[in-house]
Amino acid sequence: MNRRTLGKTLLGGLAAAAVALGAGGFGAGPAAAQEKLKVGFVYVGPVSDHGYSYQHDLGRLAVEKELGDKVTTSYVENVPEGADAERVIEQLAAGGHKLIFTTSFGFMNPTLRVAQRYPDVKFEHATGYRRSKNVATYAARFYEGRTPLGLIAGKMTKSNIIGYIGSFPIPEVVSGINAFTLALREANPQAEVRVVWVNSWYDPGKEAEAAKALIDQGADVISLHTDSPAAIQVAQERGLYAFGQSSDMTRFGPKAHLTAIVDEWDQYYISRVKAVLDGTWKAEDTWGGFKDKMLYLAPYNPALPQDVVALAEKARTDIMEGKRHSFQGPVKDQSGKVVIPAGQNATDEQILKMDWYVEGVVGKVPK
Amino acid sequence: MTELALLGPILAAMMTAATPLLFAALGELVVEKSGVLNLGVEGMMLVGAVCGFAAAVTTGSSTVGFIGGAAAGAAVSAVFGVLVLFLLANQVATGLALTLFGIGLSALIGQGFVGIPLADLPELNVPGLTDLPVIGKALFGQDALVYLALFMVPAVHWFLFHTRAGLKLRAVGENQSAAHALGYKVIGIRFLAVLFGGAMSGMAGAYLSLSYTPMWAEGLTGGRGWIAVALVVFATWKPARVLVGAWLFGGVTIAQLHIQGLGIEVPSQLLSMLPYIATVVVLVVISRDVARIRLNAPASLGKVFHPDA
Amino acid sequence: MSLFRLEPRGEASKTMLYATPLLAVALTLASGFLLFLALGFDPVRALHAFFVAPVSSLRGLGELALKATPLVLCAIGLSIGFRANVWNIGAEGQLTLGAIAGGGVALAFYGEGAGWWLLPLMMLAGIAGGMLWAAIPAFLRVRFNASEILTSLMLTYVALLLLNYMVNGPYRDPDGFAFPESRLFEEAATLPILIAGTRVHLGALFALLAVAGGWVLMARTFIGFQIKVIGLTPQAAGYAGFSQKRIIWLCMLLSGGLAGLAGVGEIAGPIGQITPSISPGYGFTAIIVAFLGRLHPLGILLAGLLMALSFIGGEAAQIELSLPKAITGVFQGMLLFFLLATDVLIRYRVRFGARRAAA
Repeated sequence: MNRRTLGKTLLGGLAAAAVALGAGGFGAGPAAAQEKLKVGFVYVGPVSDHGYSYQHDLGRLAVEKELGDKVTTSYVENVPEGADAERVIEQLAAGGHKLIFTTSFGFMNPTLRVAQRYPDVKFEHATGYRRSKNVATYAARFYEGRTPLGLIAGKMTKSNIIGYIGSFPIPEVVSGINAFTLALREANPQAEVRVVWVNSWYDPGKEAEAAKALIDQGADVISLHTDSPAAIQVAQERGLYAFGQSSDMTRFGPKAHLTAIVDEWDQYYISRVKAVLDGTWKAEDTWGGFKDKMLYLAPYNPALPQDVVALAEKARTDIMEGKRHSFQGPVKDQSGKVVIPAGQNATDEQILKMDWYVEGVVGKVPK
Repeated sequence: MTELALLGPILAAMMTAATPLLFAALGELVVEKSGVLNLGVEGMMLVGAVCGFAAAVTTGSSTVGFIGGAAAGAAVSAVFGVLVLFLLANQVATGLALTLFGIGLSALIGQGFVGIPLADLPELNVPGLTDLPVIGKALFGQDALVYLALFMVPAVHWFLFHTRAGLKLRAVGENQSAAHALGYKVIGIRFLAVLFGGAMSGMAGAYLSLSYTPMWAEGLTGGRGWIAVALVVFATWKPARVLVGAWLFGGVTIAQLHIQGLGIEVPSQLLSMLPYIATVVVLVVISRDVARIRLNAPASLGKVFHPDA
Repeated sequence: MSLFRLEPRGEASKTMLYATPLLAVALTLASGFLLFLALGFDPVRALHAFFVAPVSSLRGLGELALKATPLVLCAIGLSIGFRANVWNIGAEGQLTLGAIAGGGVALAFYGEGAGWWLLPLMMLAGIAGGMLWAAIPAFLRVRFNASEILTSLMLTYVALLLLNYMVNGPYRDPDGFAFPESRLFEEAATLPILIAGTRVHLGALFALLAVAGGWVLMARTFIGFQIKVIGLTPQAAGYAGFSQKRIIWLCMLLSGGLAGLAGVGEIAGPIGQITPSISPGYGFTAIIVAFLGRLHPLGILLAGLLMALSFIGGEAAQIELSLPKAITGVFQGMLLFFLLATDVLIRYRVRFGARRAAA
């Protein structure tokens, strides 16, 4: 169904009016917004997921609020990571967007391909590792948040079994499990972590089933690296504890929810848009943690003992001030081999490529 | 904790995992017995889930929510019914279109209801019985909807095979022309069956959004509607076998999560395949008797009916 | 139903055959107009974004062809099976296996300076992969009488998990920071672009060939005749000595092979590597496309393009008007409902008022 057949055959008035008015509308629109910078966002999930994509959209809204007189933003949600991504990104670029954020790992190569064709458009790809002249990368050091969480879990567990719900066995998730486990064992050397992979980022039913299975195996604290609050609800129902992910999930289980790692992109997005406006934008890599305000912890559960909160807070501030690292040597893998020697911290590359478990995790990384 | 001690929790979780499948599959079974194939179960479940949730949040009553979910499921199934029964549209395509429609509609309705928590349904607790080893929690410690789903198994069986209305419905599905010649209102009976199927799918969705994971999120059903459709085929159109299929699928799903948690070194993706493979294997075993399967499949399934044709 | 009733026509109306899709589109535009208005969006701009903006440039037309390619490939194969009452609904899984097999070939010869033969080999492997995955339901149906509806659907989930396993394991890019993706394919393993400035690749040509081949098979060959007879009157086919088992095998392998080709076309075409998500449900959408095209190859081509347009238009509407994806789904559903509902006018005419003797 192309334009010609549409024009020829459609029941006269409506379609003709639609085309004419539509074209007119477009003519008037861009003229008024000519000076404004158009910024585009591509999301992998629905804006309403109250998790990963939602947090990115909060960042977009923060840009609009802060710089609304200089920029306009648009977004495309639920974009599949496949052949469609390239088209969506290109549509944004062709439509006059001069800065485009592609917020999921699977958008990496499509972003690079479009960027090659639109050298005057600036691109920012989240969580990837390939850059080019006009493609910058950014990600948050989510693993930093796992350290205070691990310490809290070590102090709060009675069964010494922690359940961990994983999405996909990618380094971001594996390094989170490891950072969590290292801190857990520091606070409680007897504790162990059991991992269940649900092979999905967002499937409340499966996540609830995984949480139940882990709890039935004796876990009394649940940590998750999936985006739905289903596991928090299960923990609440069973009278146990859990940590939230991506956003503050307290309302789904006020008693169970100890704290959550919350993604925050507001500052980053505002600074990058400003850089484009000032002409100082560079294609660089940003991997920010607590210090860069890319993540923070949701309010602690009032039921947490004061000393446990103090322990977690100290770890958090130490990480911010560079006095502590989530992977401080000596770190042993499951076979007992020292991977990170004493006195050293894991390098960024080691963390980015992590596909092994530390001591204290039950099972093997799926390969 | 020994592995054997996990049996009780696995059974209890299996019962809840099977519940949405039971509701939806029993509804679809009745629809198919009347000779109509509705592949829109996933879409109807989603609409039921979001409307049930919205009704429960707005009124504060889970009962109202559950009824609202059933009504919403029936309402969208009515669209399907009008299209395939009165306008003689193709059933397979219309059902799939209904799924697309339901995914969009539920997301649209749900925009104001994302991120709102809802209290879980209370569970039964029979002193003595609920504390029984292994089966106590599974059989005597569930919420009301689990028992309602179980109750529907004999209810649907009784309706189909022991009532006059059920006989008519089966006749319409078996031989539409003969049923018409006998004076049965083929279209009317099928429309009612479609509405029942929609209501049951709506209940399945409402169970998910009110009890299983008390929240609303886009795509909450996660493909369970498709499993329900497959279970009807699996069950060879017999209600009791739907129960077996739902327990099998739910049970293997839960068991593979436990295997992962115990740290057994099999890739999680391969373990996640188990429920699907198990269903296929069991189907193959029970399908081998050709004659018996033919007796059960409604002969007019999916065929367009027009009195003058 | 006393307001109007349907009266069968003696034979299908040629006028209505062409008029009903237009009527359906008109109804969709009208109701879409109201829907967008009711939800507070400028309906004229929304409809423009949906149906005009995506195809008002060469690039846009190319995207339309690109998106329609896997839909048409899968739907052609499925439609032939549906005509014989072979209900393969697992094209999504067969497509995935095609990608796994074809992509495996590309990776096996990575960095070995493969020649011109690599692409044909990948295509063949993709077709074989899809066929293999379709052969399982075919075998279980023919040998054990197991319904292919269930087995092909269940195998789709297995295929998607297998893909997930492969990209996390054997296919994983060794220099890819352990992310679940393969290497980017070399030039020799990438399908050539047909029209410069677009992403239309050789696969689009395969889709057109499939349309032509499907038409020849069904309209001009004895096998096509057998398929139609088995579909319409299985008993008569039995008396005529047509082997139902052979037709089941044929239909499953054909639809599986075409779906596999679609899968390898996606990874060797626009994606250029193996990723955990290759298809956004093309195999399922193709079922709608097959019926929307009334199981006729040309109809399927048009239906595939229309479906593709509604997806791409939804994206354009999101960018231009911030129209949520949810509304796109509702709108798409309405379009399909109208298309399916107006089909009735081809075989029936509407009579208003009470029943009377057929003319």
